[in-house]
Amino acid sequence: MTSDLASVSTSPVSNGATGGPGPRSGRWRRAARRWEAALVLVLVAVVLFGAAESSTFLTPTTFFYLGTDIGYIAIMALPMTLIVMTGEIDLSVASALGLSGAMVGYLWHHGWGIWPAVLVALAVGALGGAINGVLVAKVGLPSIAVTIGTLTLYRGLAEVLLGSLTVPAVGDRPFPTSLTNIGVVPVPGTHMSYSLLFFLILAVVFGILLHATPLGRSLVAIGLQPEAARFVGIRVNRIKLVLYIVSGIMCAFAGILLTLQNASVSYNAGYGLELNVVAIVLFGGVSIFGGRGSILGVVLSVAIVGALEMALTQMNVDPNVQNIVTGVLLLLSVIIPNGGELVRRVRARMRRLTPGS
Amino acid sequence: MSAHVESGAGPISWLGRAGALLRAREAGLFLLILVVVAVTTVHNHDFVGGQSVQQLLSGAALIALLSVGETLVMVTRNVDLSVGSVLGLSAYVVGDLFRDHHIPVWSGFVIGIAIGAAAGALNGFIVTVLRVPSLVITLAMLYVIRGVDSLMVNGNTIDPSSIPSAFTQVGYRTILGVPWLAIIVAVVVAVVGYTMRSFRSSRELYAIGSNPDAAVLAGVPVGKRVFTSFVISGTLAGLAGTLFLALHAQVDNSAGSGYELTVIAATVVGGVAIFGGSGTVVGAALGALLLNTINQALVASRISAFWNEAIAGALLLAAIGIDRWLSLRMARSLTSAQGAHRDV
Amino acid sequence: MPRTRTARRAVAAIGAAALAGAMLTACSSSVKTSADATGSPTSTGIKKGLLVYFIPKDTQNPYEVLADKGGEKALTELGGKVVVSSGTQDTAAAQIPSIQAAIQAHANAIVIAGNDPSALCPTLNQAASAGIAIVSFDSDISCGTSPNHLFINQANTAQVGTSEVDLLAKEIGGKGQVAILSAAASATNQNAWIGYMKQELTKYPNMQLVSTVYGNDDPATSLTVLQGLLSAYPNLRGIISPTTVGISTAAQYLDTHKSLLAHLTLTGLGLPSQMRTYVEDGTVAEFELWNPSNLGYLAGYAAASLASGSASLQTGSTFSGGTLGTYTVLAPSTGTGPSVVLGPPTVFDKSNVNNFNF
Repeated sequence: MTSDLASVSTSPVSNGATGGPGPRSGRWRRAARRWEAALVLVLVAVVLFGAAESSTFLTPTTFFYLGTDIGYIAIMALPMTLIVMTGEIDLSVASALGLSGAMVGYLWHHGWGIWPAVLVALAVGALGGAINGVLVAKVGLPSIAVTIGTLTLYRGLAEVLLGSLTVPAVGDRPFPTSLTNIGVVPVPGTHMSYSLLFFLILAVVFGILLHATPLGRSLVAIGLQPEAARFVGIRVNRIKLVLYIVSGIMCAFAGILLTLQNASVSYNAGYGLELNVVAIVLFGGVSIFGGRGSILGVVLSVAIVGALEMALTQMNVDPNVQNIVTGVLLLLSVIIPNGGELVRRVRARMRRLTPGS
Repeated sequence: MSAHVESGAGPISWLGRAGALLRAREAGLFLLILVVVAVTTVHNHDFVGGQSVQQLLSGAALIALLSVGETLVMVTRNVDLSVGSVLGLSAYVVGDLFRDHHIPVWSGFVIGIAIGAAAGALNGFIVTVLRVPSLVITLAMLYVIRGVDSLMVNGNTIDPSSIPSAFTQVGYRTILGVPWLAIIVAVVVAVVGYTMRSFRSSRELYAIGSNPDAAVLAGVPVGKRVFTSFVISGTLAGLAGTLFLALHAQVDNSAGSGYELTVIAATVVGGVAIFGGSGTVVGAALGALLLNTINQALVASRISAFWNEAIAGALLLAAIGIDRWLSLRMARSLTSAQGAHRDV
Repeated sequence: MPRTRTARRAVAAIGAAALAGAMLTACSSSVKTSADATGSPTSTGIKKGLLVYFIPKDTQNPYEVLADKGGEKALTELGGKVVVSSGTQDTAAAQIPSIQAAIQAHANAIVIAGNDPSALCPTLNQAASAGIAIVSFDSDISCGTSPNHLFINQANTAQVGTSEVDLLAKEIGGKGQVAILSAAASATNQNAWIGYMKQELTKYPNMQLVSTVYGNDDPATSLTVLQGLLSAYPNLRGIISPTTVGISTAAQYLDTHKSLLAHLTLTGLGLPSQMRTYVEDGTVAEFELWNPSNLGYLAGYAAASLASGSASLQTGSTFSGGTLGTYTVLAPSTGTGPSVVLGPPTVFDKSNVNNFNF
């Protein structure tokens, strides 16, 4: 997704295409820190709000449920962050989750062992990601269009695999309890669910990758200045391809986790979640234009979104109101950082309009 | 960035050549539709009966209408994801007014369109004045409007008995075998399409999408144009909502849900570039017709229902790929013909 | 006003969150877990002050809204309270947070219409371990004994399937091609009824089921698949649509394309309030259903009785269904656990469709 209208500033010479790394990226790093600080405060506010409105909010059980409810979604947000930072998008994440889950179910239904089934599902995820990556990076098709296509295709393949079946079906073995326990038993010694643990571990890995490796810096460069990045020898196409493959594998992993958590799978697992993932990433301060964002911001965003949903459900707030809140938060997440600049621009516009036009 | 040379600035000979190739693009889409129909008819000889053609046209009508508005927005390098929710809101509010306030039929249309225009204006304002990226604002609006709509609906549906039959006639009546729905959409496409080609203000939309900075420097009132494109997109979504009510005569809170991705798919298949600067409303409407034809063809060819979505997805990818191949070919032929630099 | 940009932004962010919070507090119905769940039982053996969570497929489905209201009526009669909680999409993931909220609110019972036959089982099992009685209605869950639960069947499953086919057969003279316009491909109740329909069709050798299409309980999808169906099988004689959205979409289409009625008959499960106009003008001759609010009412009584210990899952045990009478628990069969049946479906036609207001 390259820059759209909003990148056009009043002084046309300076826009996203000029200038290089250096003082600009320093300014953006500071902006990121500020957004993260704001997110921390919002998280505190949400937790206080939840505690005030529901007597069961600040309990270990809530924390466990938070993990199972949002863990698998959050895992998909990590590669999405990297993809959005390079200026692309992946709307097929929820369908990849569904397809991999469906593959596990299909193979299990046909008598396979769980580990071979899981391996095949991960391979399917990687393959799906590779298809996205090839079409976007090698063929050069726009990622929003390609991933809308694969969103439909992968969900469709999930439907081909399972049809109206829910696995385990009548006559199937139940999934191994040692694995399905991740949905009901916390990590020993803590109240954390396994899904949340996996997410946190992966977040650390992705965080180090993004913020402390040359690869991570390349990603930022690709997002800010794709042509310049190419000229300095960054293998843009290869990196994008790899990112999509990683996304596919992560979504497959999320699909496997969801299947085991629920001890069951049908073809519509994860249906409709892609926009939730995008919203979480954007709310985490990742710029839709690419080049700006942090894993910490996304982790905080996951925490806020998860905690808010828990609080609102415990308060029995209508889920549609919850959707409205999500929408408003998303809006605020882009308006507020631009706050000062916006006011200045609007004032400048007013001033230009008044001397009779 | 491949060359976006359609109906924009350029010498007359370029325009003539670009125009010819464009016509080839829309003609290509039309051809593809005929191919799908032909292939399906081989499987099922009754697919091309009179009823079926009517169904193909009326089934695609709403998405085609939304695609026209979406084209205007996408040409300026923006996107409008809220169209489905706006359709649902407009359909429900008009239905509710019919049911509880017995408003006259014509005011149903006016109100539906007005609701859409208001939503479009809000989107446009936030994009142009507050400088929020359109993907984000329209995504947020998708949630907010759907949420507001659901709260209003509150578990009640609008039933056919609440809608005056004079209104629902628009949904199924035909003239000489052509459904009114299709005629309305065709009129909108013709009007908007003509405007896009012939008026300077609308051609500026292409300039904005091709090169926003150059457009500003050239004195194009970018803010005003983009705002208008969102208002039109919203207005057409509001109209589509009214037509939805006429067609289905029942509305619940899920009306229009999920349409936005179909609309984007239709416009891309129809040749509208995601990165802005090119594409026509005729192409977008044909894209919508092609997608609906594929959907109905799949059911009609008696393939098991479980394969529909997968095949639709594969065909969508193919259409996007072909579109890209066609535009590359066009760019190459223009470059070689004129010997000009390609702007990469 | 704080001076540094960071602080100002932070204040703005908190302000936004606080505003959101104020908005929410104003329009929320917060659940304080102060239910007195151990009040003395009434003469029917039901404890007072019970808290029952109704978890429909989603909060906006009109059929479920009617059922939930019936449940509220039941619990009000019994001196208890109902909380309706669910999501906006018909998925298991949308219902799990509601089950969790019920557990944390120390609810006495959960009445759930499952979006998925087994994905909800682990969380429901946790609820059962916490002492919550589990009742399912409309769409059953399939969890075996973990947890044990009572299914409030709206009508005898086999009877729904067979009566639908018999109704149609009567109208088309027992011969011709027929098709089924269903809801979601994974809906438990749909698949169960369709199974019995297929069985019953073997009794009519001259009727062939040519296709089953899925409209996902969405008017637009239902219309598209219906149109495809009509294109694919122009000699179609009958359509059964065992879903209120499907049948009303099909009825609207036939109503506006009356020429099709010359050879096509429609029947299925529909709400009298939606189907009234079509019956009156002859588009549809007969269809059937039951009263959804009675279903919710019975589910409410069942949940309260189980939670009070005055009912059990034992085959043959009985409990009071309030004004609906006494109900007996039926033995489990393949794929279904202990259940009660609300009653036989009502067949609606011109003579009685106006007598009902649901």
